Amino acid sequence: MSKRTIVPIGPYHALQEEPEFFKLHVEGETVVHLDIELGYNHRGIEKLSESKDFEETIFLVERICGICSTSHPLACVQAVEDAGNIHVPERALFIRSAVGELERIHSHLLWLGLAGHFIGFNTIWMWAWRFREEVLNILELISGNRNHYGMMKPGGVRRDINKTDIPAVRGLLEKLQDPLKLFRDTVIEDPLIHARTKGIGILSREMAVAYGALGPTARASGVAIDARRDHPNAAYEMLDFDVVTCENGDVFDKTVVRILEMFESIRIIEQCLTKLETVKGPVDSNPKCVAPGEGVGVYEAPRGEVFHYIRSDGSNRPVRHKVRAPSFMNVPTNRETVLGGTVADATIILAAVDPCYCCTERMAVAIDSHGGDELWGARDLIRLSCEKTDRLMKETGWRGPQPPENIFANR
Amino acid sequence: MGIENIITKISEGLGDSLLSLKQKSDKRVYIDIPPQAVRETSRLMLETMAARFQIATGVDTREGIEVMYHWALDADDLIVTIRTMVSHEKPELDSIALFCVAAEWIEREMWELLGIHFRDHPDMRHLLLSDDWPEGKYPLRHDYQRSDEVTP
Amino acid sequence: MNWAINALTRSLNVFHLGGSACNNCDIEILDALTPRYDLERFGITLVGSIRHADVLLMSGIFNKKSAIRAQELIEQAVKPYVVVAIGGCPCTGLMFRDSYNWDRPVGEYIHIDAFIPGCPPKPEAIISGIVTVIEGLRSGALVPGCLQDPTPADVELVPEASGVGSID
Repeated sequence: MSKRTIVPIGPYHALQEEPEFFKLHVEGETVVHLDIELGYNHRGIEKLSESKDFEETIFLVERICGICSTSHPLACVQAVEDAGNIHVPERALFIRSAVGELERIHSHLLWLGLAGHFIGFNTIWMWAWRFREEVLNILELISGNRNHYGMMKPGGVRRDINKTDIPAVRGLLEKLQDPLKLFRDTVIEDPLIHARTKGIGILSREMAVAYGALGPTARASGVAIDARRDHPNAAYEMLDFDVVTCENGDVFDKTVVRILEMFESIRIIEQCLTKLETVKGPVDSNPKCVAPGEGVGVYEAPRGEVFHYIRSDGSNRPVRHKVRAPSFMNVPTNRETVLGGTVADATIILAAVDPCYCCTERMAVAIDSHGGDELWGARDLIRLSCEKTDRLMKETGWRGPQPPENIFANR
Repeated sequence: MGIENIITKISEGLGDSLLSLKQKSDKRVYIDIPPQAVRETSRLMLETMAARFQIATGVDTREGIEVMYHWALDADDLIVTIRTMVSHEKPELDSIALFCVAAEWIEREMWELLGIHFRDHPDMRHLLLSDDWPEGKYPLRHDYQRSDEVTP
Repeated sequence: MNWAINALTRSLNVFHLGGSACNNCDIEILDALTPRYDLERFGITLVGSIRHADVLLMSGIFNKKSAIRAQELIEQAVKPYVVVAIGGCPCTGLMFRDSYNWDRPVGEYIHIDAFIPGCPPKPEAIISGIVTVIEGLRSGALVPGCLQDPTPADVELVPEASGVGSID
């Protein structure tokens, strides 16, 4: 068994060549060592924040990540409000929760599509992203942009949700029910998806707690933490929802947690809309300054708890702004989940943490080249993963998820 | 458990190491400790109080470099921030990464951005900055100059 | 229009090079391939290797670490190719321009043929930009930078000439 070093050139979105890598050291087919190197995405945002005023900082912080682009601003404004004891009107709280949950749906659908792609089912990728477009339409209706909504500000939100737009948002929630049920049933029933994800990349409960894992990565391992329930923010104290957990911590459980969370998100948005029809008042308390002090804001992003710390000296700029994205805690768990697994499973295991790599600083792998080692790229890893699916299909006769007969019925 | 009980339990566990305690609200508590008490305090929070390590923040101030360890008590909707101060001349702290795996990366980040030396860290090397970043130049310090930057 | 340029106007092979991006532009590029916009029906596909690329899409500010990688990769690109900057980041660096990890505008070491600004540019804007590039190539108004002589890579760059004022 020769020792090979495999360099996935590219992170999860191995569809895109990016200078981030995971380096896997492999013996035969088994991964024996994992190096994670960051730094290719580091833009010095914490330092930049010190030269911006509190409102400009929100726009900066939004661009930490394109997918959780409301999670960071929400945690940041909450930190500012905690520091300055700033009041937020009730209507704004419901809008915050609604936008945050819409983001959760589109982020999980994005992940689902990529996970399907990595296993070799591009149809799942196309379906999931097709329905994601509907969510982006609604976000554009509410905020004016598909991503980077610019909705949050210290003291409230920038835009109200018009009464005339609420039926459109409800229409979206209606429209999503069937596709989400389709995804849920497919994942829960399809034997090929089971074969590719059950028992793969297991993160034990002890390890999840030791690494401080967050979000679906932790909840799939049975660690029932959720900042919406544990550190209630926005309107979550006034809303009714369940925290979804599983027990085994494998890729299958991480998938199930994310899919079932989307149903919870729909429930939450529906409650917010009902409240928004009756709760009146401003959406912004218009704070003129932030009192000296320090504050912490946490928010449950699609990937887990986002943490922001703000220190203010009474001027209009933060003295210190600390940002910690959930992937900073989740990505190190890959050390536990990838080791001992096969190289064909590596892509889906690394993807299961749903690293918002731009949040964390990108994973890269530094390679120490040994003479005569084979170097493989991310495309090769995905190819290995798809080959495993093909092999399973041949051995078992399972076909994998198929499009439903009436796929065009609910257009 | 109730915030009063939590505060009592932490205060008793810290003993003389508790320099000051401020309860900003019923969700936020800030505690000051001397630098040499970092390890025992972290063990207290992690093991005795069963808190979750959220992250650590380093701040360059006039008085020295402040390091805050943020611990979440999820069952009680509480975030306890344990703060200590090291001098600019000798910015050293004991690493807690050996028993708190969750702190491994952030200690690396605080070293490279602020110049804090964490004693006995299992894997101290650059996390975010390139390996050829000039030694002794820490971007988050207030005396950092742009002219110190690396040109690739 | 010679045959080489002609090849750039049909069934484009697109290679994405992201450098320190927030990934929003990257996701919008992928969105352009998904059923709503479906660029694949025009033969436009993402390729995995820069050697197969007709169009290079660049996104992000390319910080100090990424810039080195970008320069290495661009040398492997096979002429002719068109370089398109997606989003505001490779155009100007946006709000990250004053960061300690900012390197310099990408256009200083890679000739960018087209800029599609936005944060992020919507898929419609990306499509419109690519169509403009194709029409420019067909009419001869746009000559890919890689075919122009000398290319910026041949020019020795003086570090102070980066154009960004220092902030001390």
